[in-house]
Amino acid sequence: MKQVKLFLGPQHPGMHGNSSIHMYVEGDIIKRSYLLPGMLHRGFEKTMENRTWMNNIGIIPRICVPEPDPNEMVFASNVETLANIEVPERAHWIRMLILELARLAAHLMAFGGCGGPTGLYTAMYWAQADRDGILTLFEEITGQRIYHMYIVIGGVRKDLPKGIEKKILAYVDDLERRLPDYEDLLLNNPTIIARTKDQIMLPAEVVWELGVTGIGMRSSTGKAYDIRKVAPYARYDKVEFDVPTANYSDAYTRIRFKWLEMHQIIRIIRQVLVMMPEGKVREKGLDGNALRWQVPKGQVYTAIESSRGEFGYYTVSDGGINPYRVAVRGASFPQGLLGVERYLPGHRIDDAALWFDTMGICSPEIDR
Amino acid sequence: MKKASIFAPFKGWKYLFQKPVTVSMDDIFKHPRESQDNYRGFHVNDWDKCIGCGTCSEVCPTNAITMVERKELPDVDGSKPERPVIDYGRCCFCALCVDICTSGSLSLSKEYLYNSPDPEDFIFMPGAKDITGRDHKEGYVKTESSDLLDLVRKPMEHVGAEERKQSFIEIVRGFSREQAKAEASRCVECGICTKTCPAHMNIPEYIRAIWEDDLEAGLNWLYQTNPLPSVCGRICTHKCETACAIGNRGEAIAIRWLKRYIVDNMPDEEYEKVVMSQVSKKGEGKVAIIGAGSAGLSAAYYLGTLGYDVEVFERMPLAGGPMRYGAPKYRLPDDVTTHDIAFIEKLGVKIHTNTEVGKDVQYADLQKKFDAIFIATGYPHTRGLNIPGIENENVKMAMPFLAASTDYETGRGPMPDVADDVVVVGSGNVAFDVARTLVRFQNEKYGKSSVKMLALENETQIPADKEEVEEGGEEGILFNLGYGPQKIETDQGGKLTGIEASKCVQLFDEEHRFNPQFDHDHKIVVKGKQVYLAIGQMSDLTFLPEDLKNEVKFERGKIVVNKDAQVRGIPGLYAGGDITHGMDIIHGVADGHTAAVGIDHYLRTKKD
Repeated sequence: MKQVKLFLGPQHPGMHGNSSIHMYVEGDIIKRSYLLPGMLHRGFEKTMENRTWMNNIGIIPRICVPEPDPNEMVFASNVETLANIEVPERAHWIRMLILELARLAAHLMAFGGCGGPTGLYTAMYWAQADRDGILTLFEEITGQRIYHMYIVIGGVRKDLPKGIEKKILAYVDDLERRLPDYEDLLLNNPTIIARTKDQIMLPAEVVWELGVTGIGMRSSTGKAYDIRKVAPYARYDKVEFDVPTANYSDAYTRIRFKWLEMHQIIRIIRQVLVMMPEGKVREKGLDGNALRWQVPKGQVYTAIESSRGEFGYYTVSDGGINPYRVAVRGASFPQGLLGVERYLPGHRIDDAALWFDTMGICSPEIDR
Repeated sequence: MKKASIFAPFKGWKYLFQKPVTVSMDDIFKHPRESQDNYRGFHVNDWDKCIGCGTCSEVCPTNAITMVERKELPDVDGSKPERPVIDYGRCCFCALCVDICTSGSLSLSKEYLYNSPDPEDFIFMPGAKDITGRDHKEGYVKTESSDLLDLVRKPMEHVGAEERKQSFIEIVRGFSREQAKAEASRCVECGICTKTCPAHMNIPEYIRAIWEDDLEAGLNWLYQTNPLPSVCGRICTHKCETACAIGNRGEAIAIRWLKRYIVDNMPDEEYEKVVMSQVSKKGEGKVAIIGAGSAGLSAAYYLGTLGYDVEVFERMPLAGGPMRYGAPKYRLPDDVTTHDIAFIEKLGVKIHTNTEVGKDVQYADLQKKFDAIFIATGYPHTRGLNIPGIENENVKMAMPFLAASTDYETGRGPMPDVADDVVVVGSGNVAFDVARTLVRFQNEKYGKSSVKMLALENETQIPADKEEVEEGGEEGILFNLGYGPQKIETDQGGKLTGIEASKCVQLFDEEHRFNPQFDHDHKIVVKGKQVYLAIGQMSDLTFLPEDLKNEVKFERGKIVVNKDAQVRGIPGLYAGGDITHGMDIIHGVADGHTAAVGIDHYLRTKKD
C-alpha cells in the first residue's frame, strides 16, 4: 500500500500544536513518525547564558507554559545551592503551595484535555473552567495568570496576599466535591473506556529503555518513583501523601492516575495551609543589586517532580553574572522525542493525539 | 472504583441548571472584569519621583525600555532629564523594572486591556496615567522582599571614639577586598554621580573596575580626571554620594571609600606605571602656577602630562596647601598627601616651596619668564569677627592653628599652646577640624577635654558634614547652637573668660543673603580660656600688581573666569580653586584640570 505523509500539528487543537509530528501512514496505521520541534521557542538554554541570573526569570516560565513553576523552582534551587543561600522556612511552604497549585492546574488541563482527542469536549470545558479558578488564585498571589515569575532566587518574590488561604481552601473544597463528576464523565464513561482501555500501551521495558518518569513510569513499573518522596525538596518530607502505582499502563490507567493524583494534591495543599509558618519570604544572599549578582563557580543538577515526571536543570556557573550553561531535562523529553520515533508507529492516526496527551508531553521543554 | 455505566456521563446534565461559568461578550464589554490587586498590568511612572537613572532599562529582560530625553525637564544634580519609554510589543510584564526602580517611581496598574490599530501607539512613555489613559487602580508595587537593589552600605570599620580622641590616628580603616567588591556590586551605573561631581570623575567606571577586581583599570579611570585620588578618597566633600541614585531609597554607595580602596591597594611600581601612562605628547611652553593646593597641583599634573614645563610656587615649606596644613591627620595622614604629590613631581613638575610670590619672587618676573600663569592661592586666611574684645591674645584663628597642629602631628613643630577649656566659633567643616583637634590636644596635655562649639546655625542648618557632627559629638564636643557671638568676656586683668552670645533668630534674609538677626534679650555666656575663630576663610591676592588687580573682575568676592578658567579679559592668566568657586577640594581638582586644558589650547593657538 502507498505511504502518505501526514502532519499532526503545528496547529492541532489538542494543545500539542506547538510542535509537529511527521507521520508516514499506510491506511490509518502510522508506519513511521518523528517529531519536528522548533515551532515554538528558540534556544532557551543559549539565551539564558546571555542574561543575568535574575533576568532569566523573564524566560524560564516559558519552558513549560501550562506548568511554569517547576522551572522557576529548579532554577532558583540551583542558584541557592551554588551560592549557599538558606531559604526562609515560610518560603519553602509557599513554594510547595505554588508548585501543587500548578500541578493541579496542569493535571486538570491534561485530564480534561483527553476529552479533545476522544471527542468529549465537555471534559475539556469543565477542566479549563476549573483551571481558570487556579489561574485567578495565581493572579492574586503572583500578579499574573500564566507566567508567574514568583519563585525566585532566595525564596519567593512577595508574601502571600491577606486572606488568600481562605480562597484556596474554598477552591479545593469545591473541586474535591466535583471530582466524582469528573470520574463519571470520563473514567466511568463506556465510550472513553472502549477508546482507551488496553490501548496505547507503555510497557515497563520501554520505560527503562527511554527513561520515562512520572505517571508513565509509576503506572507501568509499579515503582513509586516520585521525587517528592525519594529526594524530598522544599518541605515535602513534612506532609503526607500517597503515590499511586500500577503494573499495567494503558491510556486509561494514565488518565485515571491524573485523577487520583488530584486528590493527593488537594490533600497536600490542605496540610500546607495548616503547617505554613509566619516569617520572612526571601533571603537575597547575593551581594549587590540584581544587575551584579554573581553566583559562585560550580555546577549543580536539581530535579523536582513536575506533573509529567522528573524535571531538572543542570546549571554551571563560572562565577559571573550570567549562567555559564543551563541544560534543561524536560520531563517529557524521552517519550516526546524518542518515543514518538520508536513507539508511535503501529498505532492508528487517531491515536496519535491521545498518545501525546496521555504520555504527558509538553512541547516547549523538548524544544528548549 | 465505581462501575462504568452508559448513564454515568449524563450526570453532567445537572450543570444545565447551574449558573454558567462562561460570560457573554456583551457582558465583557459592559462589566469588564477587574484584575486582582497584585496584577502586573501597564506601567505608571511618577515623574516627580523618577530621576531618569535608566536602571529599569538596564534590567529589562526583553530590552523593552528605552530612556528618552525630555527637554522640558530640569537638568539638575541627582537626576537626568530622561524618562523611560516602554515598547509593549516587547514587554513581558515581569515587573523587574518596578522591583529595581531606584526612586520607587515605577509601578504597574491593574489594567490589562488596550487596543489600537496603530502599532506606534504601543510605544508609550508612562506618566501618571498608563497606556490606556483610563483612571486606573494600582496593581503591582515593589515590596521589601521583591526589591532588587541592595540598599545597605557595607560596614566600614572605624576607630571608636574613646580610642581615637586620644591621638591623631586615622579614623577610617578602609575597605578590605571583599568589602570593596560587595560595596561596588551595589552600583547601578546610572552615572548621575559623574554629572554631579565637579571633576566629572568616571565614577561608575572605576566602581565597575573594583567589582571586576581590575584595580589598574580603576586607577587609570581615577587619573583621567583627578591626580589627587588618595587625598580625595579620604576628604572629598563627596557630592557624588549626595546625588547617588541608590540614596533615594537607601544608603548611597560609599564612592569616596571605594576610590580610597583603589589607591590604597595598588603597589607603588604599578601605580607609577599607570600615572606615567597618562603622558600623551610634548607641549611647548612654560607655565607658572601660584599655590600648591588641589587646584594648583591638579593643573600641574595635567600640564605635565601634556609636556609643558611647569613650575609651582608655594609659600609654605611643603606643598599641599590645605591638604597638608588644614586637614587634621586623623582624617588625612601626611604620607597620603606626600604620596599623591610625589607622583606629580615624577612627571617633571618643579615645586618651589618657601617661595611666596610678591615677596620671594615678583609677579612681574613670572610674567616675563612664563607663557601662562595659573593662580590657585586658595583661602589662606580666617575671617575675623568685629566684636568688642576680639583683639585679645587668647582669640586664635583657625588656619594658623591648624597649620601649627599639623606641624606638631607630623613632628615638624611644637604643640600649640592649648588651654584646658576652649570655645570654637563656627560650625563648618573647618570648625569641626579645629574643635576635634583641640579635643585631642587637651586629652594629650590634660587627660580630659572641654571644647565648646558656638555657632549661629541651629541643628538643621549646620553646614558641616553629618559625620563630622556625629563623630565630634562622640568625641565630647559640647554644642551651643543658634547663638551669635557679641562680646569677648574678660576678667579685670584682661584675661579671657568666655564669650557672650545672643540668640540668632534669622540667618538669611528674604533675598537668601547671609544677614543674621539677633534677639538680644536671650543671651548666654560660653565660658572658656581661649576662643578659636573658624567662621570662614578668605583669599589673599596682595601679590598681584595693582594695575592687574584693577582689571580682574570679582563677583561676590570671587574672581570671574571663563569656562576654560581664564580670568575674564586677561589672556594668559588663569585662576581656579577656592578663589573662583569657594572652598572645596574637588572643585579645586576640577578647576586645575579645566585650566590645564584651557592653557594647552591657549598656548597652542598662540603659537600658530
